[in-house]
Formats: sequence, structure tokens, C-alpha cells
Amino acid sequence: MDQALRRKVGPEGKVSYLEVRNLTKRFGDFTALRNVSLDVAEGEFVCFLGPSGCGKTTLLRAIAGLEPQSSGTIRQKERDISALPPSQRDFGIVFQSYALFPNLTVTANVGYGLASQRRKRTETAARVVELLALVGLPEAGAKYPSQLSGGQQQRVALARALATSPGLLLLDEPLSALDARVRMRLRHEIKALQRRLGVTTIMVTHDQEEALTMADRIVVMNHGVIEQVGPPAEIYRAPATAFVADFVGSMNFLAGKLEAPDRVRLGNLVMSCPIQDGLESGAAVSLCIRPEDVRVRDLPAEAANRVDVTVTELDFIGAFCRATLVAGELSLVADFSSNLIRDLGVVVGASLAIALPPDRLRVFAA
Amino acid sequence: MSLVLAASAVRASREDLAMRAGVVALVAILLLIVGLPLWSLLVKGFQDVDGHFVGLANYRAYFASPALFNSALNSFDVAALSTTIVVPLAFLYAYGLTRTTMPLRWLFQGISLIPIFAPSLLPGIALIYLFGTQGFFKALVGGQIYGMKGIVIAQVFYCFPHAVLIMTTALRTADARLYEAADALRASKLRIFLTVTLPGAKYGVVSAAMVVFTLVITDFGVAKVIGGNFNVLATDVYKQVIGQQNFSMGAVVGMVLLAPAALAFVVDRLVQRKQVALLTARAVPLVPRPSPGRDAFFTLFCTVIAIGILAILGMAAWGSLIKYWPYNLSLTWENYDFEKFDANGWESFGNSVRMAVGAAIFGTALTFVGAWLTEKTRGFGAVRGLVQLLAFLPMAVPGLVLGLGYIFFFNAHGNPLNFLYATMAILVINSVAHFYTVGHLTAATALKQIDPEFEAVSASLKVPVWRTFLRVTVPICLPAILDIAIYLFVNAMTTVSSVIFLYAPDTKLASVAALNIEEAGTTAAAAALCLVIVATSAAVKVLHLLADRFLLDRLQAWRRR
Repeated sequence: MDQALRRKVGPEGKVSYLEVRNLTKRFGDFTALRNVSLDVAEGEFVCFLGPSGCGKTTLLRAIAGLEPQSSGTIRQKERDISALPPSQRDFGIVFQSYALFPNLTVTANVGYGLASQRRKRTETAARVVELLALVGLPEAGAKYPSQLSGGQQQRVALARALATSPGLLLLDEPLSALDARVRMRLRHEIKALQRRLGVTTIMVTHDQEEALTMADRIVVMNHGVIEQVGPPAEIYRAPATAFVADFVGSMNFLAGKLEAPDRVRLGNLVMSCPIQDGLESGAAVSLCIRPEDVRVRDLPAEAANRVDVTVTELDFIGAFCRATLVAGELSLVADFSSNLIRDLGVVVGASLAIALPPDRLRVFAA
Repeated sequence: MSLVLAASAVRASREDLAMRAGVVALVAILLLIVGLPLWSLLVKGFQDVDGHFVGLANYRAYFASPALFNSALNSFDVAALSTTIVVPLAFLYAYGLTRTTMPLRWLFQGISLIPIFAPSLLPGIALIYLFGTQGFFKALVGGQIYGMKGIVIAQVFYCFPHAVLIMTTALRTADARLYEAADALRASKLRIFLTVTLPGAKYGVVSAAMVVFTLVITDFGVAKVIGGNFNVLATDVYKQVIGQQNFSMGAVVGMVLLAPAALAFVVDRLVQRKQVALLTARAVPLVPRPSPGRDAFFTLFCTVIAIGILAILGMAAWGSLIKYWPYNLSLTWENYDFEKFDANGWESFGNSVRMAVGAAIFGTALTFVGAWLTEKTRGFGAVRGLVQLLAFLPMAVPGLVLGLGYIFFFNAHGNPLNFLYATMAILVINSVAHFYTVGHLTAATALKQIDPEFEAVSASLKVPVWRTFLRVTVPICLPAILDIAIYLFVNAMTTVSSVIFLYAPDTKLASVAALNIEEAGTTAAAAALCLVIVATSAAVKVLHLLADRFLLDRLQAWRRR
């Protein structure tokens, strides 16, 4: 195994519970997954994040055996499961549509997988009660799915998936069909439940906020390949590629040219940046900074990357304002808190001195 | 590298293998009950009376015979004329049902469906009473009801419900937002009708036209009863086979009959395919608002049509109760004492019910399980495609043609299935095959509407797939399953064409008996038998509606919100 790859995808010091190696999936001429390799540690919560069509759901379904891969291997707990049909793999799954059986009561839904395990009836009943309490619906047993709200249905689906105590929990966009408020609450509940049970979990989502708040590690995917794997803070602060920088959070992309390993020219401005080993001098690059990293307050006169700008637009977002700042040909957006706007008297047309802190800058080949 | 290759396919579980075996069995069954009989028919057309290959000689003889070729033209004329009359009438009627607030719409809808429950010879018999040589109104048509005129009027009655059903569906699925947008843009009523209503219903109109055309060209009962000396393809097949025992020529006429039916079927499928995404899930259903002038017009129009339908049914009913038309108009039940008119008596009715129940039970089981296997089997794409093709085939094949194919296939020397010939079993099999497509489509549609992940969830919970089928899929699809069973029952009750070649003396069916009685000249008894059929199939349909409304609601509490 390639050492660099191992470092990139494997969590250090933990035993790999799920090992995906060189997975490729083709649908006719279309390649949905291209040589994907990934390790998931036992008890970890991993999110597959990416735009629609990036292959995240295909990867999840391949792990479940629902969408068999064209080539590559999957090992779960050292066992090669690549060729096993779904019924012989060890996982529980929750779909966006909940896929609850509408003609069965909540109790029958949750106990559906237990009935075939030849357990005692009383044992099954006790387990169902336990699971319903676990997902916070102790009273719902006798109801039918259509009598529950969307959030409640999703909890029942979760209880059903956990009933047989699977080693791996797969969540396919479980919160997408719910409204914003319910989604926020369920995020915390699912995360807390997962931590309590310690079940290894993979969740597919296109919602970056969901991934950032819930995951131990995020796998950012695009066009069937993994762009970056890492903890949420690392994904946000140190995006490995321009795609990740753009997809996760907001980002200014300023077109420029790399003059020296630590200097980028933007028109007639020159900015200091962290040293770039990978890029040649003279290369066309994008200099990136997040809107909230643009500094305004307590600016020393000799601050690095100081620029005098004019405020040309001010969009009220609520907790903060998004300002469009222009200096010559340079144009970027910055997020200013309401406090700051008030204190500095920022209005459209005002002149302002800002700084782009070098340690907050990222440079990508354009 | 070899490792990678080895891992490239997921092994099939025992369950997968069982389901694939099921799909293969389904293909074998469909080949046996549809594919091979049609093949036998095709082959027969190239053979002489003794079974020697003669190439196109039979076809040459057919086209060289002016009498035979003339029937093809007659068939075409009758079908084209009937379609031209039925489609506009049905469109207006369906428009009244769906886009107006006229009173008693449910009653008008119910009346428009009545002809579905009748064998096609019923309207023919009623017309004889009304306009025949001894009819009340013979002066109106100059006594010339036998022939093209009679056939077309009877066909309009017989095909009307089919066209209304298709067009009601087409007109009901309208998006209110389009009308609001057109109103907001100040389009005139006429412009809205031409630019919104018609394009939306266009596919329904084409589909209805194709269905009516096919029904008319393949129908046998009407032409047999009221055709007189006016020959059409369907009666020619019958004459060649039953009258002259010329099976090869019968096969040739059958193939000629198959051509327009298959063509209409292909056109219909192409049009249907285009219709798919016309209505999105976000559409807002259109609720018609009162408009006194329009509503009055449609009430009048629908009343006239409904009276016409009721008059034809009523005439047959009255005729069946009259002692001796037209000389002694006193009422009697004598005509219902079928022993007097046909050796089988009431037994033929019993046979019909037995066949219809058999077709409903076996046909529903086969179509539903078949559709489920085709939808849910993992992989195996090519064979599943073959099932789709075979499942669609029966819709394109006229009953008469399929029945003829059955003679050639099941009666052939050396066919191990020969023992089925002239039994009740072959009648049931033939009915199931003939009406297979609609059952399959109904089941497939119902299955597509339920969550596609049920099987994935079951697999993850290690629950065998058949268990989910019985515990979840069947209960959810129960309304569709009932629909299929009722459809099969009613059609098996009323069909004439697909069984006319297949009954034996002790398995004679009511519709065939009615035809024989009519042929023997006892119109009143034939009308009586037709009415018994109407009453039976309508009663079953009403029971179905009641069961749907009250029983399902109680048994399946989960459907309530």
C-alpha cells in the first residue's frame, strides 16, 4: 500500500474497521466511483460530503452491497465482503424516504428484523420498548407511520436499523426530507445516540453544516474521487483542494500570480502567503481567504497584506453583514459582525483599511 | 489483478437465485400461453390443408379473392367511422365529468361504464329490437339496420366506456397553475382551451382513438349479430375456421387482423411514452368552478348520451321479458328458462362464472407475482426485458387470433399439453393470457409506487424477501390486486372472441350460448342471457366498490391519515 495514501486516508493509531480499496463503479460509460480507497475506524462517525452526482451515495450503496462495485474490494472487520449480497453483510440502513412499512405499527416496524432472529416474543417486545425509549418515542408503539411527523418517522427508521445491533450503521441523507428546525434537533440526537452506542456510522449528506457538526471525519467527494479526508476543523481551515475550499463554507477566490514561494501578486498589490512548495514561481494561482477571516479591527499601520478598500455593497444576513469590498481591480467579500458595523460606522461608499492575515490565506493553482 | 477481477461481481444469494428461477419460469409460462400459440398461427399460414409448407400461396390466394379482401376494407371503414364518432362524443362526455360542476357526475360516470359489463352482442340485439325488420323505429333507418349502419351504432355503444375512461384520466390530470397563468395573461376561454386543455389531453385522445379502433376491428360479437351480409375480418376468420374448416386461410385472415391491431398498439405505446412527465408531483389539481351556461350544456349533452346508453340496455332488458315480439307484448320470465333454447341451459352461465373466477384467481396471482419478480429481481436485466415484451404482447393480439393460435398449438399432435384441449382449464388459461397486459401494468404501477428501498431494508435486517412480499407488499397493493381480479372477472364473463374456438360441448360459455341462441333466431332468449351476464359482472363490480370503500377502510386502518 502506498504510504502517502495510507497517511491520507487512514486514521493514525486506530485499527481499521472498514477498509475500502481501489473501488470503481461504472454505469455504462459513466464512472461513478474512480479508484476510491478509504479506512473507517471502529466507532467512528464518518460523513460522505459532496454535491449531487459526486458518487457519495454510490459508495454507500456499494458498502451495503446494494450497488455492487465494478472492481475493488471492501473488508469489514478483516472479512472480505466485496462479493457478498446485502443479506449476508452486517449493517443497518436508514434512507431519506424512511422506507417504513406503512401497514405495520411502529412496534412491528422496529421489531421487523428481530422476528426473524428466532428470539422469544417477550425478548423482542422488551427490545422494541428499549429502542423506542432510546430514540425518544416511548409512546408511539401502537401508531402507524402515517400518524407520525417526518422527524418521528425518521427516529423509528433509526430504531429499526439499530434493532439487530449491526456493526455498521449507514445513513443515506437521513435528514434531507425534514424541515430546518427538526433537522437541527435530530442532528444532535443522532450524534449523541451514536456516541452513546459507539456504533461505526457512515452518513451521506450534501449539507456541509450537517457534516461539520456531526462527523468525526469528513470525506469530501467530487466526480467520483475523494478530494480530502479529515476532521471537520481541518476540512474547513485547511482545504486541500480548490474544490473543497469552494464547496465547504464561503471562500474568496482572488486570481493572481505566484511571484515567489511566499508572495502572490494581485494586480498591483503583492500579498505575503504561507510558503508554497508545490507550485512554480510565475504560476497562475487563486489566493483564497474566508470572508470572516478578513481583518478590520485593531489594524497596526505596518500590518501584513494591508489594503485600502471601498465598501460597495452591504447585505444584511442577520447576525452579520456581508460586505463587498473593492480596491482597484480587486474585489472580495467579508463578513462583518453587527457590532463592528456599528463601531466603525461602515456604510456603502465608506473607505476602510483591511488586512488579509497571511496565516489565513490558501493558495491553489488556478 | 486477478483479485480485483474476482471481486467485480456480487455473488447472488440463494434468494436471488430463487427469484431468477421465478423470472425464468414466468418467461416459460408466457411463451407457452402467448408466444408459442402465436408462432403456431404464423406457421399455419404458410402451410396447406395437409400441413405442407407452401410459402406465400395462402396469402396470394387471400389477396386474390375479392370477397376476402373486401372484408378487410369493410373492417377498416367500420373501425375508422366508429372511432370518428366515439372519440369526440367521449371527449365531451369526459369533459363534462371532469371539468364542469354539473350535478350527478357520479351517476353519469356510472352509466357511461355500463357497456363494459355487457358482451358485445348485446347492443346488436337491442338494435334489432329497435330498428330491425320488426323494430319500433325501423322507419327511421328504412329497415336497413343490418350491415354497416348497425355495426357502427353498436360499436359506438360498446366502445364508449373505454374511450371515456381514458379521456377522463387525461382530463383529470390537469395542473391548475397553468390555467391560473393563462388567466393572468388574459387569454380568452377559447385560447385557453386550444393552448392548455387540448395539448394536455392530446395523448389521451390519441390513445382513446387507438383503443377504439382496435376494439372495433377485432370485435366479433357485434358483426356476427347485426352484420347481415356485410363481411368483416373477424367474421371471416370465424367462417373460414368453423364454417369451411379451412384452418390455413383462417390463420392468414388472423394475421391480417393482427396487423392493424398491432400497429394501433405500437402507436399507443409510443404516445404513452411521451406522456410520462406531463404532470409533476408539484402540480396543483384543477378544481372546476361553476359556470351556469357551460354546466347546463354539458348536463344536457351527458343526459342525452346517458339516455342513449340506458335505452339500448333497457331495450334488451324489455325484449328479454316479452312473450312474442312484436305481436304479444305481455311480460314473461319464459325467456330466462334457457333449457328451452340451448341444450346446456343455465349450465353455460355456470361455466362462465367458473371460468371468470378461475381467470380472476390464477390470473391475478400470475400477473402480480410476475410483475413483482420483474420489478424486484436483482440483476438479470435481459431476461426481465424479455418478460416485459411478452407481457405487452397480448394487448396487441385480438382475442380471435389468440384463440385460433390456441387451436393450432394445443391441438397439435405430439404436444404433451394436448390433454388441456377442450377443457375448462384451457378456457381459463386463454382468458388469463388474453387479458394479461392490463393486469401486469396495473401490478407494475402499484409496485412502482411503493418505496423501492423496502427490499434493501429487509436485506439489511436479514428478513427473507418473500416475507416482506407477504407481510408488506401484498397488503399495500391490495386495492390494485382487487382491481386486477375484477378486471379479469368482468372481461372473462363478457368475452366472446377469445373463447369462440375453444369451448367444448360441456364447457360452453354464456356469451357463446347467447350467440348460438341468437343465430337460431330466438332473440329474446339471447337478450335474456346477455342481461344475466351484465347483471353478474355489474354486481361483482358494485361489490368491489363497496368493499373498496368500507371493508378496506376498516381492515387497513393504516391507510387513514
